[in-house]
Amino acid sequence: MSQTFVGMPSFPKNAAKAVQDSQLRFNLRKATHTIRGKRAAVVGELPDWAELRQAGKAIKDHTLRHLDEYLLQLEAAVSAAGGTVHWAKDAAEANRIVAGLVKATGEREVVKVKSMATQEIGLNEALEAEGIKAYETDLAELIVQLGDDWPSHILVPAIHRNRAEIREIFLAHMPDAPPDLTDEPRALAEAARLHLRERFLRAKVAISGANFMIAESGTLVVLESEGNGRMCLTLPETLISVVGIEKLLPTWRDLEVFLQLLPRSSTGERMNPYTSMWTGSVEGQDFHLVLLDNGRTDVLADEIGRQALRCIRCSACLNVCPVYERAGGHAYGSVYPGPIGAILTPQLRGMDTELDRSLPFASSLCGACYEVCPVAIDIPSVLVDLRAKARHPRTERAGMAAAGWVFNRSARLARAQRFGGRMRRLVPKRLPGPLSGWTDTRDLPDIPKDSFRAWWNRTEGGTR
Amino acid sequence: MSSRDVILARIRSAVANAPDVEIPRGYQGTGADREGIVEHFAEKVRDYRAVVHVVEAAAVPDAIRDALTRRTAEKVVVPGGFPAGWLAESAVEDLTTVDAVVTTCAVAIAETGTIVLDAGGGMGRRALTLVPDYHLCVVREDQIVPGVPDAIARLDPARPLTWISGPSATSDIELNRVEGVHGPRTLEVIISI
Repeated sequence: MSQTFVGMPSFPKNAAKAVQDSQLRFNLRKATHTIRGKRAAVVGELPDWAELRQAGKAIKDHTLRHLDEYLLQLEAAVSAAGGTVHWAKDAAEANRIVAGLVKATGEREVVKVKSMATQEIGLNEALEAEGIKAYETDLAELIVQLGDDWPSHILVPAIHRNRAEIREIFLAHMPDAPPDLTDEPRALAEAARLHLRERFLRAKVAISGANFMIAESGTLVVLESEGNGRMCLTLPETLISVVGIEKLLPTWRDLEVFLQLLPRSSTGERMNPYTSMWTGSVEGQDFHLVLLDNGRTDVLADEIGRQALRCIRCSACLNVCPVYERAGGHAYGSVYPGPIGAILTPQLRGMDTELDRSLPFASSLCGACYEVCPVAIDIPSVLVDLRAKARHPRTERAGMAAAGWVFNRSARLARAQRFGGRMRRLVPKRLPGPLSGWTDTRDLPDIPKDSFRAWWNRTEGGTR
Repeated sequence: MSSRDVILARIRSAVANAPDVEIPRGYQGTGADREGIVEHFAEKVRDYRAVVHVVEAAAVPDAIRDALTRRTAEKVVVPGGFPAGWLAESAVEDLTTVDAVVTTCAVAIAETGTIVLDAGGGMGRRALTLVPDYHLCVVREDQIVPGVPDAIARLDPARPLTWISGPSATSDIELNRVEGVHGPRTLEVIISI
């Protein structure tokens, strides 16, 4: 994944810092509560939501089970329609392919449609190193790029910024921003429209991702709101789409499910303003599809974790998560924040860093994410499974080993309980040294004089 | 071994023991009731803050002329294959100088207030309905279908498709919808009954 976040401290440290930022908490609370209400209203309109969700889940599981066959079918269909298909094992290979394709056109500038896959592989930075400038055209991505900031949400990467902050960023970093720019959302959108207009009209190369790829027809599907996607997908002479291999759907008909699930879960609309669908090379455009693995096949190999590959990146789980709402997206140290990020990032990147090991713990396991997930990813179960796989701190491992030794024999347990009962007055309210990590956020339970068994034996079940 | 072979081999070993899955399709499929479909569609399109007119088939040419007059649109693109009885075709070289584009559609969806263009006759290439700031679309009643599954069944994925639900908009500022970013800022729909 992107190098941007390398070396970040663990989630609890990031979160502890983030919750001190009252402006951030205010912005996140306002935005997530707005979108929650909208989602609930449009999901409530469909009496068959539960059936759509079951179908969505099953279609994705079926596709993943036969991913090799469907990828080959897709490749054949895209090629037959005049497109070129490339395969990339990892981020470095994908970046190399894209840079090579851009260079072959002789261009030094590309316009981009918002894409999680290209963020994940750090494509903009890789192109920059090759002397190619990538311009983000989605409004929120533009805000992040202009502000030299990090994305903090899957759908709305600048969710941590309010309108006043966006106005400041535009005035400081957008050379053609009108000096009398107000913080009215309409005025801010207008400024972005004017800023990008010329760039769209002269762009020769565009880079996109895709929400869905249809194996049987070779069709790619991009959902968007602003029209920047349509600008990038239709005007330039060359289009390069970088898409994760799990974005596949077997049949054209399967879209009837996902075009209902995604917009309602994502922006809380019955339908997003624009959806573009194209098959191979269209209207004389040169089309390249880069299929990206980058850790996805590792996730696929995990019996419990593989359900994370059903994800359609709607971000409903972020918007309902009490942890995300307070800590914000940056604390997760990944382009995939929130509950889905907490299960996807450690699986894609592995759990070698302290940050990635801490992510499965960035949850209260309340289950709200599972409830709103349009493809029924059981995020709490995957979190628990990953927690068991993560290497725990040494003190915790020693404590658990000791507890295991005691609990393993009833005589040992009885002795420990008698000892505990006798020492109960001496146990401090807060534990010292490395054990303080436990009592910093929890009270130690009071130790009773007797264990239940000892009490029962002494009083014959309370009769004496 | 090529990257293609490596990825395919990894997939095969990853899913070797995964169970196969039946796909339950208990949701509302095609062919729901058409009762009140025009009003239903008009209402959903209006929800996106688009302007909607419902007119008798014979009144379509007047409705088009009135809309363009209200807009004071002088330079208008009308793609090839647009019904001549409604408005004469007119091609334009430079789309950036155009005031308005008038098209037909391939399918319209009542449930979501969506119109779908497939680059066929009366719709033209995709940029036509993107660069001008005003899009006027004429929808015939028989093109309106109840739900998304009906639209998918009618459309051909081999054609480039553009699904349009209201004017261009963004939710990127505090997750509130604001109309008017890069695509047409005004969408007007005439429904011919």
